[in-house]
Amino acid sequence: MSDRSNKKPETGAFFQRDRAWHAPALTPGYKTSVLRSPQRALLSLDGTISEITGPVFGHSILGALDNDLIHNFAKPGESAIGERTIVHGRVLDERGKPVPGALLEFWQANAGGRYRHKKETYLAPLDPNFGGCGRTITDEDGGYRFRTIKPGPYPWPNGVNDWRPAHIHFSVFGHGFAQRLITQMYFEGDPMIWKCPIVTTIPDRRAIEQLIAPLDWANTIPMDARAYKFDIVLRGRRSTLFENRLEGN
Amino acid sequence: MVQDLGYLKESPSQTAGPYVHIGCTPNFAGITGVYETDLGATMVNDKTLGERITVRGRVIDGAGTPLKDALVEIWQADAAGLYNSPSELRGAADPNFTGWGRCPTSADEGVFGFETIKPGRVPYKDGRKMAPHITVWVVARGINIGLHTRMYFADEAEANAEDPLLARIEHRHRVATLVAPREGSIYTFDIHLQGEKETVFLDI
Repeated sequence: MSDRSNKKPETGAFFQRDRAWHAPALTPGYKTSVLRSPQRALLSLDGTISEITGPVFGHSILGALDNDLIHNFAKPGESAIGERTIVHGRVLDERGKPVPGALLEFWQANAGGRYRHKKETYLAPLDPNFGGCGRTITDEDGGYRFRTIKPGPYPWPNGVNDWRPAHIHFSVFGHGFAQRLITQMYFEGDPMIWKCPIVTTIPDRRAIEQLIAPLDWANTIPMDARAYKFDIVLRGRRSTLFENRLEGN
Repeated sequence: MVQDLGYLKESPSQTAGPYVHIGCTPNFAGITGVYETDLGATMVNDKTLGERITVRGRVIDGAGTPLKDALVEIWQADAAGLYNSPSELRGAADPNFTGWGRCPTSADEGVFGFETIKPGRVPYKDGRKMAPHITVWVVARGINIGLHTRMYFADEAEANAEDPLLARIEHRHRVATLVAPREGSIYTFDIHLQGEKETVFLDI
């Protein structure tokens, strides 16, 4: 990618994942995990070139409305119903370095908490002008932004009365396949965050708080849209200073 | 007191959920007109170098049921053993091969499939060659953090026998969980999340 071509190539292996910071595989409070969680120990291996490398995506894949969920599924002249919201932030690595050129894909329910999906059964109505997907690629400072409507909370079959707090799903590509991450963003001040069996698969309260986006008053656009700021951190890359280099490197 | 290392913590993973297809393969999910095509649906074109193969399989839960809402991604080297990535410094990869594919498991039988090429061998950290392999990543409802594993090729017995990763597997009968049998040009790689045949997953 052009914004990376003048920089030193990144060839270090990634920091080991802190598995205690993430949810364990088996979390019986989230029932679906019971039969879908590996039970044996993972095989640990320092990253090889197969994980240090990863696909990159150029801006040419992006359409003009890909980062505008209010309009990218709407009929001409119409827009999605809901609280107009800007989500923005930066993708960084664990060393605090910006991650430019990172593809972010996001998806969410509509303002009433209904997904546009054939397996969705919630009685809230579809919005004919809302599809629920968008994507963007981070700029040279790791920054990104998109426009959407705030998703509604919704009930789901787990316990008898479990609800998801309002959230947006994020899929993130960094520069190496070992950084691949899917996570969810929550909204500051939502009391339902702490009642959700999926949120609370994460054992550490500070880790959960890392997924809660604050209202960003400074970036709120008067008479238009409120802003929430959501930074995403991907695994850091080790310096290669004293590591053996492969022939040809 | 000592200096603060100043490192950040990785954002914690959350499950991809039942509607991952809305975000990652919207056309497959019936949301058309937003993106022209679903990313990762095509890895090769007419000019791609290498032996054409199909990789197919299922993701099977602890009750023996194939997941019909999973998403599988693969990442692999080209036929010459080069990755199509800026971090690849050993040479230029085949420009007609992306190396990356993404496929949802089907709603009826829970099958995923990739039309790709057989990868060349790439070096381990110490310079030894690893056996040809494909990096595989699985997400789905009920999976809290994406699962990394690798697919190796059954017709590469000699290379597999000297592969540094396969050599690390303590319980030797589990090596077979990473080796896909071949029939014609089709390799079948079933991923077992649990049970006797649980796939070896990687912390990598």
